[in-house]
Amino acid sequence: MKLVSRTAQVFLLLVYLVALGAPWIAPAGYADQFRDHAGEPPSARFPLGVDELGRDRLSRLIYGSRVSLVLAPAAALLAVSLAAGIGIAAGVATPLLARTLTLGIDLLLSLPALFLLLIARAMLPLNSGPWSSVLVTFILLGALGWPAAARVICSMSRTLLRSTFMMQARAAGCTTARMMSSQFMPNLRPVIKGQFFLLVPVFILAEANLGILGLGVSEPLPSWGSMLAELTNLSAISQAPWRLAPAVLLLLVVLSFYAATHHKEAIS
Amino acid sequence: MRTQTSGRSGTGPTLLLTLFLSLAAFAQTGGELHFSIAGDPKTFDPLQVTEENSDTIRSLTNSTLLRMDRKTFELKPELAESWKVSDMGRRIQFKLRSGVRFSDGNPLDAEDVAFTLRQLLDPKAKVPAGDSLRPEKGTTTITVLNPREVALAVPDPVAGLDMLFYEIPILSSRSPLKEKAGLGPFVVSEYKAGNYISLKRNPNYWKKDGQGHALPYLDSVRIDIQQNREIALTRFQRGELQFLSSIDIDSFDRLGVANGAVDAGETFDSEMLWFNQVAAAPIDAYKKAWFRSKEFRRALSEAIQRDDLVKLVYRGRATAAAGPFSPTAKPWANTHLKPHAFDPDGALKLLATVGFKKNGTVLRDGAGNAVEFSVVTNAGNKSRAHMATLIQQDFSRIGIKLNIVTLDMPSLIERISRNFQYEACLLGFSGVALDPNDQLNVWMSSSATHQWNPHQATPETPWEAEIDKLMTEQSSAPDVRKRKALLDRMQEIVWEQVPMIYLVHPHALVAVSPKLGNVAPSVLRPRVFWNIDQLFLQKATLVGQLR
Repeated sequence: MKLVSRTAQVFLLLVYLVALGAPWIAPAGYADQFRDHAGEPPSARFPLGVDELGRDRLSRLIYGSRVSLVLAPAAALLAVSLAAGIGIAAGVATPLLARTLTLGIDLLLSLPALFLLLIARAMLPLNSGPWSSVLVTFILLGALGWPAAARVICSMSRTLLRSTFMMQARAAGCTTARMMSSQFMPNLRPVIKGQFFLLVPVFILAEANLGILGLGVSEPLPSWGSMLAELTNLSAISQAPWRLAPAVLLLLVVLSFYAATHHKEAIS
Repeated sequence: MRTQTSGRSGTGPTLLLTLFLSLAAFAQTGGELHFSIAGDPKTFDPLQVTEENSDTIRSLTNSTLLRMDRKTFELKPELAESWKVSDMGRRIQFKLRSGVRFSDGNPLDAEDVAFTLRQLLDPKAKVPAGDSLRPEKGTTTITVLNPREVALAVPDPVAGLDMLFYEIPILSSRSPLKEKAGLGPFVVSEYKAGNYISLKRNPNYWKKDGQGHALPYLDSVRIDIQQNREIALTRFQRGELQFLSSIDIDSFDRLGVANGAVDAGETFDSEMLWFNQVAAAPIDAYKKAWFRSKEFRRALSEAIQRDDLVKLVYRGRATAAAGPFSPTAKPWANTHLKPHAFDPDGALKLLATVGFKKNGTVLRDGAGNAVEFSVVTNAGNKSRAHMATLIQQDFSRIGIKLNIVTLDMPSLIERISRNFQYEACLLGFSGVALDPNDQLNVWMSSSATHQWNPHQATPETPWEAEIDKLMTEQSSAPDVRKRKALLDRMQEIVWEQVPMIYLVHPHALVAVSPKLGNVAPSVLRPRVFWNIDQLFLQKATLVGQLR
């Protein structure tokens, strides 16, 4: 278990180092177009091949990591923080407040976030640049992506409150603060963490899908999400399996996140 | 003169003709044709059709006085066995075929044609096809000369008056349910909203083939309503659909020519880029000055490598554009004009004449403003997004920073048509008809779709005034040569002034099952089933259906 965790940590460190060192490591710029090589399969010069516009896929994957590995976890952290705060409050509050909060969560779940995103796009200046666009996108994803996680955390909070070990702690004379810190939170933490790891890939993919609204990463800036959009055509994947590279990397990163932190959780 | 490309790509015209003729000789009757449309028809009233899905049903269930031959682009007799345009394009007289009956059994006569034309002319009926026949001054008169002859006279000359009649379906004046009595090869037998439309053979259809067999060959048609193009493609590959009216370049390559992908040739459609020149637009004044500069627009056109757009975005299935008329529009395209040649150095020199200077990697105007602007295009259109990305790179070579913004269609329309909050736009124009009057709404400066600067009370520039004059003159010029000369001059002005940077004319890509006989895809819609009455399914398919 320790070996798996260490390996995952080293892998994550490597991925982050490569992402941060993109300008020095990537064989080409993410926007450079080698138009005479468009659509070429992997070669010594282009290890992951060239996309339809003649851009080196490996370079775009490396640069795309900067967007996806920093902003998606940051947005997931924002969403999970909001979900934890509101979900726990709804789970442990007085019945009236709990009902109000649950109603609020349900209301937000039923409202299509699409309209809010459309309004946000309409308010964004046209010349805002790719980085501003992607930043706003992930802030919005974080701010709007918490209700489902809050529902799960709320439900778990209620289950924990009714659990026998919490009742035993109360019967033994534990204060509320102590019960929360020594019994409640340690048991809730895996659920919160699970929600975080669910949201990271969800947000990476959501960013790609938001392209249809004109949100998300705009050209020529790459992201794993925009590269994953190439995978919509199944027969094209079988003809060019190297296009799966961003999906494989995403899977490895999410698994590594889980493995690296799960071991720490087990120890604590 | 360029020869119209047709048939399957890579197949020589001689071989194709041989195939066509041999299939025609062995045409088999019966069977049900299956294809799909993207949505429910908005109307079954043939005169109120404004979109493609309704137009599909109209073209299967109705017939017109004249027919456009989709291969030669010539008018042919249909319900009218002959016609004559006279009085310098003010009068047209039709002689109807005898023995033609509507699907409900009522005979066709001149009263039916007059009834249909009156519907077109009635302003309350708001029939879109009647716009060209409703004059601002004077009145249009319809005269029934005898049961087989009818004439229409307009107060002012209309160029290509007869061209208006290949899209006007003829209704019955006697049938109680007028939209149900058609003259087309099929009649609607069942409609399940959101699911399918079934059509059965019209027993009273008047046409016969060369051997005297009654047409159509097919017994019925089933049109599935299938919004998802991927599913439609998969169903075509499985043999469940016999053709797809339009496929994108990815689907074309996936399918391959050997499996039914057909490049029918250059369409009349154009993809173009234009700059916001609206005086009241809420954009910086210095940017407005750039966009209103002819040299700026021309230089940017020269900075675009159109050959790369064709090669990388359309994989060769498009043609670099020189102007509004695709070379396929043979009678009207000014073939002396070529697309602006890719010349970044020449572009910089041209920009220098109006005060622009490239410092390092940044182009600045005379006041020192870095040249940076955004281009909006509709989200979800891969070809346009790719073209914008290539143009972004091309512009960066001359020091221009281009920001690409993809917007959902309603937001895009809001910006380019109502609040004018945009700087440049990349979109396409769908040419649905061959006649240049089809483009009047784009070129008249007073028009709402004069995209770069619409709704002008009077033309703001001398060249727009000249285009207005030329387009007005050509719209009523009865002499084809004079009309062509006027349109040639109009295209020269567009080429010189570059109000829109024309990029490419995409090809018409369709998919056709080898089991479908007599098929001859065209660039004009409907691309595959324009000769539906002559299409047939080969025996193997019929056997398959019986099983």
